[in-house]
Amino acid sequence: MRQRRTIPGVDPKLLIKDATRVMPDASRRSFLRGAASLGALTFLTGCDIIDGDTAESVLRKISEFNDGAQAALFSRTKLAPTYPESAITRPFPFNAYYDEDEAPQVDGETYKLEVAGLVDSKKPWTLEELHALPEVSQITRHICVEGWSAIGSWQGTPLSEFLKRIGADTRAKYVWFKCAEGYTNTIDMPTALHPQTQLTFKFDNKILPRSYGFPMKIRMPTKLGFKNPKYVVAMEVTNTDKGGYWEDKGYNWFSGL
Amino acid sequence: MTDKDGPAHPQARLRRIFVESEGTMMRAETMISTAPAATTIHPRWVRVCHWINALAILVMIGSGWQIYNASPLFDFLVFPRQIALGNWLAGALLWHFAAMWVLVINGVVYVTLGIVTGRFRRKLLPIRPGDVVADMKAALTFKLAHDDLSRYNAVQNLLYTGVILAGVVIVLSGLSIWKPVQLQELTALFGGYDAARYVHFFAMAAIVGFIVVHVALALIVPKSLRAMITGR
Repeated sequence: MRQRRTIPGVDPKLLIKDATRVMPDASRRSFLRGAASLGALTFLTGCDIIDGDTAESVLRKISEFNDGAQAALFSRTKLAPTYPESAITRPFPFNAYYDEDEAPQVDGETYKLEVAGLVDSKKPWTLEELHALPEVSQITRHICVEGWSAIGSWQGTPLSEFLKRIGADTRAKYVWFKCAEGYTNTIDMPTALHPQTQLTFKFDNKILPRSYGFPMKIRMPTKLGFKNPKYVVAMEVTNTDKGGYWEDKGYNWFSGL
Repeated sequence: MTDKDGPAHPQARLRRIFVESEGTMMRAETMISTAPAATTIHPRWVRVCHWINALAILVMIGSGWQIYNASPLFDFLVFPRQIALGNWLAGALLWHFAAMWVLVINGVVYVTLGIVTGRFRRKLLPIRPGDVVADMKAALTFKLAHDDLSRYNAVQNLLYTGVILAGVVIVLSGLSIWKPVQLQELTALFGGYDAARYVHFFAMAAIVGFIVVHVALALIVPKSLRAMITGR
């Protein structure tokens, strides 16, 4: 119950259940349900505008328009608010579309970060090499697409710094991430270069535990939680939008804050 | 228009005589001098904005309930799936962030015209507490007159003004939740991200409460519904 006070509306034990609950059921016609509201809509317009793929494709088009609107609103220099250590949410919730004990177990000894795409050096990075990069720290608010939020403390190296070291072409449009369990994520280059976007190796000054994404997550306080991948094993600098796990299921692509 | 101006139009004269007998000459003169337009209760822009808003707000509320369900603010409240729009969170978000453009653009047009044309000032103000209490009593005892739909009673003034303000609050708190980094100054104004979610919720509750009363009253006085469709 103490949790409930620190994160309004969130019971950490229910988080996993929530994630399952919001997962789409493949047998359902995706976004078009909701009998009463739709009934009212049909009543008001005098025609059935909700049926079929048309509504869904229109909604997706508007979502793409919203990607553009958010990109225009995004400031390369505006920082997400930061908080004192006393504001950190403890325990910080685990959240994924699978159970905590199903979270990927990555072996730090053999781990290598693969680098691909429009970069000068595609040499894979060992964890030791990554840990040797300059460290920055942030205490920022993680905001979930579901609405709840929690404040965490993350340490690592700015992604912009890493991109510089691998000789990335920062005129490219996207950076794509792949995770140990198969989760994927594409972000826009301006967000990748944002000063608070971080290759994260520690939570609260301790090496990331398995539940928070060991050995590496990408922390971006300017995007919703699901755009912050954990267990990252590969990245690619690219001009092709390769989508992502949740984006392909209907969450807005840009999902900026 | 008086008789000295020359021969009055016979019909106008008739109407004037008729109305004089009712003892409301001033109003009758206005009616005659500005001809049929004066009988319009709601100008076209009000009606168009009203129905676009009705549609947008229904979509916003239905999808908002589905979004709320993904992380409820209150233990005792989860909205039944049957009355929530979008099927699951992603669908609800797509609806919410599509209808928001309609709601906001239409709302800006409505509020701008309401201020510029003087309609808000003329129709909604002033709101005197004494009038509100008196009209509320009359309404609850079914003694409130509705013969002149072009004039709002004090309870209507209070509710319409209140719902316009709730509309402003729900849009601003919604922007605070959507963009707590880019618009962080606005989010701070609502007491931060988490507090803005509560503000957004209660503004929704206020608007839903308004809609219940508003629709019930429109059905009790059907000519008011007709006026919002045909204008008179």
